[in-house]
Amino acid sequence: MSGYWAGILAILSINVIFAYSIYVTAAAGQLNLGGAGFQAIGAYGTAYATTTLGLPLWAGFAIAITLTAFVSFLIAFPVLRTRGVYMVLATYAFAQVVSGIALYTPALGGAMGKVVTEYVPVWPLIFSAIGVTFLVFYLMASRFGLAMRALHDDELVSTIMGVNARAVQVACFTIGGAIAGLSGALYAHHFAFVEAQYFSPLLSIFVLLFVLIGGTQTAWGPLIGSVFFTLVPEFLRLGGSSWRYVIFGAVIVAMMILRPEGIVTRTLVAKLSPSRWFAKKPVAQEASLER
Amino acid sequence: MSAEAILSLRGVSKAFGGLKVIDDVSFDIPKGERFGLIGPNGAGKTTVFNLISGVYPIDAGQVVLEGNDISTLPSRKRIRNGLSRSFQNIRLMPHLSVAENVMLGQHSQALGLLDLMTPVGWLPRQRFRREADAALARAGLDIDPGEVVSNLPYGIRKKIEVVRALMSKPRVLMLDEPAAGLNPRETADLAAFLKTVSDQGVTLLVVEHDMSFVKNLCERVVVLNFGSKIFEGTLAGAQADPAVREAYLGTRRVA
Repeated sequence: MSGYWAGILAILSINVIFAYSIYVTAAAGQLNLGGAGFQAIGAYGTAYATTTLGLPLWAGFAIAITLTAFVSFLIAFPVLRTRGVYMVLATYAFAQVVSGIALYTPALGGAMGKVVTEYVPVWPLIFSAIGVTFLVFYLMASRFGLAMRALHDDELVSTIMGVNARAVQVACFTIGGAIAGLSGALYAHHFAFVEAQYFSPLLSIFVLLFVLIGGTQTAWGPLIGSVFFTLVPEFLRLGGSSWRYVIFGAVIVAMMILRPEGIVTRTLVAKLSPSRWFAKKPVAQEASLER
Repeated sequence: MSAEAILSLRGVSKAFGGLKVIDDVSFDIPKGERFGLIGPNGAGKTTVFNLISGVYPIDAGQVVLEGNDISTLPSRKRIRNGLSRSFQNIRLMPHLSVAENVMLGQHSQALGLLDLMTPVGWLPRQRFRREADAALARAGLDIDPGEVVSNLPYGIRKKIEVVRALMSKPRVLMLDEPAAGLNPRETADLAAFLKTVSDQGVTLLVVEHDMSFVKNLCERVVVLNFGSKIFEGTLAGAQADPAVREAYLGTRRVA
């Protein structure tokens, strides 16, 4: 594997994991524009644990994941009091607080950033991305995932059906936080360096776009979305011009017009699913003629 | 009478701002009965449903289910006590398949973490999925359970909502205009299906404007007008009652 492709695969793996962390809340109807903040907690958590405290690598990951999950759990309560665009702003503000703390805390390297000594090569990143993908697919196939998707569509009816909306949403934030923590820890150990400027609002916007452009209705969405966002700018690089981000922006706008519900929708997955080719044909046609 | 009542409203009132929409409404529904709630548009029928199912808190009075005051019970817990409902405008989850919508109706039957973590989407032979398929078959719905509901015709979706409400194994099933928008054959099929549900001991509380459907299905009715109960008895009695006639048709003087 060439260095170029190894670099692309590493960032793609981190992006896939990161996208799933945001997807877990988005699938239950909550938009999180604070992705960079959650990822930063994971990255700085393990950086401090391994480099400053000298703990082993596994402990760094354990701390990164648990710490981010715990912070997400706590932040879920005030954030879930808000709705729609206010939730987007609340999570955005949270991310700004995290990056501000990192910037002004000398123990975390401040504006100079922090070197991370333990290195993780690209393969564990790829395997982690596959593992997280499988985990989220499983989650969405479970009854818990069914409750998440029901909440996304109609919170009132889900509640009448017995779904504990608050508990499901807090659980989603916590699971999303754990996954974001993992993505941050992998980032820190692969690139061996963390700095507050990296965890910028732009990163939060990009990861939310991975999810929204990919589609929130199925677990395929974030996977396709992050592949699209990571690889398309690279292919556009082949053209060799500085216009590639302009073209990329135009592609994003076009996607929103052509596929407002995301690249992958529930109906598309149903259409492409092999099991459906053999399914009995619905008699809905007869009924629709009657009406 | 009230000793065998499965669901009772006792002096229930509700105001939105300064507007009193439900004013001191009381009635008892005996166990196993098919009970109709009728009245002109805006009489407060759907609001009564929303108060019974806990969508809004009540201002005064009590909602009593099987002898227990459930007035302050959160809406998500009422379904566990045997109270299930459908909605006036179809409120199926548009992005979920038929089977998933029906399985959502089983949510209150799922116990503990193990049930919550069962990958129902991957196991077509799993208990929950088999129950859902069987319930669809019992309702005479010969459709692909994997179909996304937003692609299905109105009459089918309307019936899926009733099936979903039944999945929680309710003792009281509340249906808000189940026959609205159905053609005469679909309406007759629905009434026949609801009678089989009733025969299994489920108490029915039905809001409906289609009087022939109510006549066919309901043993007793309560008539609401402007948030107050104006009649309780048989449908034939209601149709002969001067106050009910006035509520629907206006006073003779005006006409």
